[in-house]
Order: sequence, then structure tokens, then C-alpha cells
Amino acid sequence: MIRITKGKVYDPINGINGKELDIWVDGGKIVQVGDAPDLVAERIIDAEGCIVMPGGIDIHSHIAGGKVNLGRKLRPEDHRKDVVPRTETTRSGVGHSIPSTFVTGYRYAQMGYTMVMEAAMPPLTAKHTHEELHDIPIIDKGSYTLMGNNHFILKFIEKGEIEKVKSFISWLLKTTKGYTIKIVNPCGVESWKWGKNVENIDQQAADYAVTPRQLISILSQIADELGLPHSIHLHCNNIGVPGNYETTVESMKATGTNRVHVTHAQFNSYGGKGWADIHSKAREVVEYVNEHPNVTFDAGQIVFGDTTTMTADGPWQYRLYLLSGNKWVNADVEMETSAGIVPYTFRKKSLVNAVQWAIGLELMLLAEDPWRAFMTTDHPNGGPFTFYPQIIKLLMSRAAREEMIAQLPRRALERISLPQITREYSLYEIAIITRAAPSKLLGLHQKGHLGVGADADIAIYRENPDVEKVFSSVQYLLKDGEVVVENGIVLKSTSGRILYVDPGEEGDIEEYIREEFEKFYTVTLDGYGVPENYLERGECVSCG
Amino acid sequence: METISATCPFCGCLCDDIQIVVENGKVLEVKNGCSISKTLFTHHDPDDLVPQIEGKKASLEEALDRAASIIRQARFPLVFGLSMTSCEAQRKAVELAEFIGGNIDSTSTFCHGPTTLAMQSVGEPTCTLGEIKNRADLVVFWGCNPVEAHPRHIARYSVSPKGLFNPAGRRGRTVVTVDVRATPTARVSDIFLQIQPHKDYEVFEVLRALLKGKDLRIDSVGGIPLDALKDLVNKMKSCKFGIILFGMGLTMTRGRHLNIEAAISLVRDLNQFTKFLIIPMRGHYNVTGADAVLTWQTGYPYALNFSRGYPQYNPGEFTTVDLLRRKEVDAALILASDPMASLPRQASSYLEEIPFVVLDCRKSYSASFATVFIPVAASGVSISGTAYRMDGVPVLLKKVLDSPHPTDEQVLDGILKRLRQR
Repeated sequence: MIRITKGKVYDPINGINGKELDIWVDGGKIVQVGDAPDLVAERIIDAEGCIVMPGGIDIHSHIAGGKVNLGRKLRPEDHRKDVVPRTETTRSGVGHSIPSTFVTGYRYAQMGYTMVMEAAMPPLTAKHTHEELHDIPIIDKGSYTLMGNNHFILKFIEKGEIEKVKSFISWLLKTTKGYTIKIVNPCGVESWKWGKNVENIDQQAADYAVTPRQLISILSQIADELGLPHSIHLHCNNIGVPGNYETTVESMKATGTNRVHVTHAQFNSYGGKGWADIHSKAREVVEYVNEHPNVTFDAGQIVFGDTTTMTADGPWQYRLYLLSGNKWVNADVEMETSAGIVPYTFRKKSLVNAVQWAIGLELMLLAEDPWRAFMTTDHPNGGPFTFYPQIIKLLMSRAAREEMIAQLPRRALERISLPQITREYSLYEIAIITRAAPSKLLGLHQKGHLGVGADADIAIYRENPDVEKVFSSVQYLLKDGEVVVENGIVLKSTSGRILYVDPGEEGDIEEYIREEFEKFYTVTLDGYGVPENYLERGECVSCG
Repeated sequence: METISATCPFCGCLCDDIQIVVENGKVLEVKNGCSISKTLFTHHDPDDLVPQIEGKKASLEEALDRAASIIRQARFPLVFGLSMTSCEAQRKAVELAEFIGGNIDSTSTFCHGPTTLAMQSVGEPTCTLGEIKNRADLVVFWGCNPVEAHPRHIARYSVSPKGLFNPAGRRGRTVVTVDVRATPTARVSDIFLQIQPHKDYEVFEVLRALLKGKDLRIDSVGGIPLDALKDLVNKMKSCKFGIILFGMGLTMTRGRHLNIEAAISLVRDLNQFTKFLIIPMRGHYNVTGADAVLTWQTGYPYALNFSRGYPQYNPGEFTTVDLLRRKEVDAALILASDPMASLPRQASSYLEEIPFVVLDCRKSYSASFATVFIPVAASGVSISGTAYRMDGVPVLLKKVLDSPHPTDEQVLDGILKRLRQR
């Protein structure tokens, strides 16, 4: 039994806002909150002068899998700036924009995060994603399975066989040990297999008479019908392109009242006809979100500095290569998806980058409901996750924002509304967007709060007038009730859970697709999926 | 008698459709396999192997003790090989190398290391092999000979299979081979361009110039008439989906990584006109996995050193050939590779001067010189696991036959435990 005492507790799910409360932990769970004269603790953690929050949850981050690893391989120059020696309790590795697996786990834990979702898992290489997740210590993990350009899904939709789409998705989630449906540039990535793209959400894929609008609509409906704990996770068409906010709004509309999560919305909230007149349309995007409770979004905030962009959006990454002239990796995956990687530096002096920086913050600050707005950098696309404390500071302090705005090109100011926004997030709201709301969005009842019965994933931060310092490093981190980080030092390298779903509605789809699968894939159907033994601590989250 | 599904653990094709008929622990038949695969499974007989210390029979415990003692006494040890075992064993090898603060390197050091250097310089537009099957109408083999080195590549992935968007199969594809001699692969190609040795870089740069519409006042380059190269560029620009597959004929000739940079740059430039990609033809069945595991655990794919407690990457300094040629390491742990049979003589001969440990599922040439030899079960024959195909697709290795021997992973763990006990 551990007793955490004298800390100021922020637990929005249970409505606790900075109250001093004891938290009692036993057997990996929270067993009591408040005074408990009958309980005896073996260890007392004195949290005087500390903030106590549930462990952080990152709903969208690229931390594991084929694409991430190609990014690591591509960039020795990135690693050399940030080396991590081994210690008695931890493995060695490298950090900065694409940390090695061990370092990924340690750094999230050191910031007080206890769960991270890998945002893009190609089914064919799902084993690779899970092998890397296995080597990311401490934190719990899950992965979104890429489906927006899958041959079988497009073919069934084209033929109007919606029940088969549903069975196939159910089967694919179970087979890949995925957590939800990820859609990336639907129909566009399929067209990219011939070097093309789609330019709006009503343009058909190159090889199938299916539009992005149809696909988004049908898959959002299926996610709800299957009762997936998380909605579809949508990377919209036309990412990075000036004027793309209209596509983003249309994509949200395509889901009707079905749940949809629009990811890294910053990259999809641009006005203008070209780079010369790019400006913020954050307000237009957020207005739709504010009025539609079925919609959630994450920021995809950029951070000034050098990073490595990587997405399943092959045509966008090619475009970014043409724009930047930097080295370019493309990795098309047969029958289902693609990936691209380009190193990129966001510069304060760049007009476009300055506008992008402001849009991410505008989205977060204009969103009326913090339960539907999530802080991400789309790691590592907008910047490494290790910059979250800096973003928290920008959300909480108008003065900090003004200091940054003063360094931007003056021409940028007329294209953004950030300087006029006065809102400042409270600590309670930070706890919502980084803990409570993510757990709700993922449909998890054991996480994101400190009530009795919750997993004892608890972050304890030392108070400091500089909030960036507060969130950079925990005083203590408890994972499953064990103290794994103390004073920023990783004491113990435990293994986290892998969460996945099995909606159980696949019927006989596997046998139905077998012949066609084995004709056009280059692996056998029986060798395609992820066997149970890849998941050291697998946990199936229930649907419905 | 039973039929078991297997994955062939021989080359980078990692064919996972092999069916093996087994009776009483003996392989009767190998269905779907190439000639190499058939030999591999039918001639697998590990029973007469025993651990040896300095050529004399020893128990496994004695061999592990001696192996640990060699590594413990070394000041600058090398862990080398990795390419013919599972990712699970590779992970353990990294852990061991990190713990001892030594070097770790894979056979990439003498095959596709230059491909990695080129990729780190200019990137790599690539795809999985199924994209070739389903879409390619132009296939270029450059400095590789899959008919002999990757026997089923042509039938299963790159030349003859009918695909989703290429229902005509072989008839729907133009196949070009560029090589220094008329290989069997050249003979099954539509066009064969015989290139002079060491002229690949020049030819790629001429192709790039032609692609950019430059007017060149030469009649030929590298022994290939300019008109033939103009024709090739036109074919490349006008195809719907083109692919270059290249091998050690490009990585290990003069120019090395510069050849690959030129090849990748040509492919990248072609994407202004059409879809064009490139895939290295990796040889050892899990050398791609070695690259992958090292990269996700350390950030770097090969040529690694842990002397400072964190991974340092420096091909030329920490590559095995260079470490041995300069006589820098003072002990070696070799697994899943036969360096004395495959490294340049100047490098491998130094192994005879230092104590070294060999883990192998057969009595390799290196094993016969080893201070300690520990026989292990063969991954993909006697133990299951994961391996990565040449295009990065992870494939399950399956157990077909029992083995009396421990796995690579178990042996490495045994050595590591002894080192930790100190």
C-alpha cells in the first residue's frame, strides 16, 4: 500500500480541482481517496508542494513501426545531437525527433505520461509495429489500423456491400491487434500508387469508383455500429495545402452525426489560394467543432526547430520533398497504404511556418469544450513530443504567447487571430486535455482519473512558477501502482499493456477473402496477422 | 506423416508458402520451395554437433563459461553476424553488446552497408514486393542475379506473377537487366545492357542527364551505346509503374554508396513523370531484420559501438571489416554468419589471432577455427520467430523439426547472465 499525501489533486473526471487529498494505492489500483483511518501504508509519498494528476495520455503519436523506423534509419544527424547512455536501470539509445524505442518510453514517463497511441499501423507490417511497442517500456500503448485506402474496403464499398466492409473491419482490427479505424487521405493514397492524388472529397480513387466522402461516411457509421471504444481517426484529404479548411469542414460533415476525430487539425485549417496568401481558418474549423458534439480534434501543434515529418500520406510527403528539397523516403505497402518521410525545419522567420504555429494554438484556444480538444504535435510531424511542456505553457500564458508572437514576421500577424485571443488554460483544463478527455475519447474507464478502481497511473509534479518546468519532469510517476520514476530518474523499466479491440463481427469474411488475398498479396493469409505472443501484456478492450 | 507450413529461412525473399511433409523427424518433401529451400530443409541434420572448446568436445555449461570468460577479458570486443537468425535473438545480441560496451555489426558491413549510407544521404522511394506484382510494367535488375541468388523472386514477385492491375503477368512487363555479364537473369530479360565493370555511376548520371533533357555529345558510356540509354530513359518515363531492383553488383563495385545515391536520385527524379521506385535485393534472410532491430533499439542500423555507454555509429570506423583489418578488436562473438568464408582475407585472417566464439546451426568454416563453438537450433527450421523480408515486411518463422540444441537467444542469455554475475 502506498499513500500519496498533501498533494494538490487535479482529477477532472471526478470534479476535483486542486484539492488536497490523500490517494491510496494497492495492487496496481487506486483503492481509496481521502482520509482512511483503517488503512496502513508501507510507503508514504509526501507530495507537499506538488500537483497530483492522472498519468498523461497521448492519443496521437508516431512511435513505432516500419515508417517510424525508416525515419530513425534516415537520420543519424538527428540522433547525434541527443545521446542517452545506459544506466543500471535503463537501456541506452538516442532521442530528439525519432527516439529509439527504449528512450521513447523513458521520456514519456519522465514527463508523466503513462499511455500513448501509435497513430498509423499498416496491417501488412503490424507485426513490426507490435515488435517495437514491445520494446517501448513503462507506458501502455495501442495502435490505429490504417484502412482508408485498403483494397478490400474500397472494393466492397464500390460494390455496395457495406455489411462486408463491416465484417472486414472487425476482422482486420482483431487480426492486427489494432485499436480503431485510421483513415489517411482516403482514396488519395490509393491514387498515389500511380503517382496521383485526389484534390477534393468528391473525387474518386484512381482504381475504384469510391470517393473520400463515401468512405468517411461509411466507416464512421461502421465504427459506431461496431461500438468501437474510439471513433474513426481521420487524417483529412489535402493536408498541408492552402485553402484546405473547406475539405476539412466537408469531411466532418460527411460523418453526419457519427463520431469522428479529426487529427492534427492545424495542418488542415489553411485559407488562401497558395503559399503567398496562406492564412488561418482555425476559426471556421473550430466553429464546426463547437456546434457538433460528435466531433473531436487534436491540434498537431508545430514547434519551431528541426524535426522529421512522417505520415501514411505518400502524396503529401512527396509534395513536401518538392517544397523543401530535403531527402525523401517513400514506402508504399501493397493493397493497403503508403508512407512518406521528409526531414523539415520549422522556422520562426518563415511566414508560412509562423501562420502554422499560430493556427495550432488558435484551434486549442477557440475550442469551447476542452473535452473535445486534444494537445498533440502529431509527434514528430509538428515537433517531438518532448516539447509538450512548452505548448502547455503557451496555452496557459498569454504573456508567453506574446513573447513568441513578437519574434514572428510582422506580415504574419494580419493572417492570424492569435494576438487577439486572451484565453488562458487553467491547470484543471490542462488536466482535461491531457488526461481526462483522452481517456474518455478512447473509451477507457480505468484511466485518466484518480477515482477508486482506476489504474494507479499517477503523475506527481513539483510546483513552479514556470509551468514549462513543472511538466518537463515528474517528481514521481506511479505506473500500475509502482514508483517507476523519481525526481525525473527512471528507477524501473516495466512493460506496459497493449490495448486492442475485437468487435467479434467478422463472420466468415476471412474465408471469403482468402483466395483473392493470396492471389494479390505476397504473404499467406495465415501469416498475415499478429499472433497473441507478440503482446506481452495484451488487453482486449470491449466494444459496444 | 504430417504437412507443416513453413517460411524458408534462406534468402531475403522469405517465401512463407512452403509446405513440408515430415515423418519421424525427417523431411520427406518440400513443396513450393526452390532448389535451395529443398536442400536446406532435407539436409538439415544437427544431431552430430556438440559444443567445442579449442576443437575439443565440451559441455554446454563449459562452453558458456569459456565464452563469458573470453568476453569478460576483452577490452574491445565485437559482436558480429545477426543476419541468419530471428529478431528475438538479435534483440538479445544488442543487449549483450550494450552491456559489455562493445561493438555490434551485421553482415550489412559487406553487402548493403553502402545502400544505407546512400539512403541516409538522399532518401529512398521504395515499396513492398506486392506493389511490383500488382502494378509494375517496367522492371530493371541492376547488378543482381535473382535467378540464382533469389530463385523464386522472379516467379513470385517481380516478373511473371499476374497482379491486381497487371492481369497479363509476364506479357504485361518489360524486363531490363544491366550487368557486367550475361547472367541467367539477363537471359530471361527483354533487354540486356552489358555494362563495363565499375562504370555504374557514370551510366546513372548519364541517365539522369538524359531525363533532364540534356544534349550529350558522347556515343556511349560504360560500354553502352547512348541510343540504348535514351531508349531506356524513354521506357522509364513512359511506363506506368517502374522499379529498379539492385544488388551487390552495384554496392560492392567502385563508387559503392555513390552508385546507390545516383540510382536513388534517378528514381526520385523519375517521379516527376511517373511512379518509379527502388528496392535493394538483400541476401541473408534476416539481414533486413538486423537493420530494423538495431535501428529501433539504438537509432542506427549497423556499425555500432557502445564504448561510451550510448550507441555511436560510424561506418568505416566501427564496421567489422575495418575493425578486423586494423586489428583493433581483441575478441569476437559471432552468430548467424560465417565471416571467415565471406569477409575479405585481410580482415578475416585476423580472427585467427584473437579468441572468438561462434554460435551456428552448422559447423561453418568459421566454426572450425573458433576458440569456442556452440551449436544452436536453426531459426525457421527448429524454432519460430520473426524475420524481415528484403522489402521490410515482417514474416513469421515457423518450427518444423525438433532440435537438441538451445536457441541463439538462450545461448546469448546464458553468456549475459554469467557476465552480470561478476
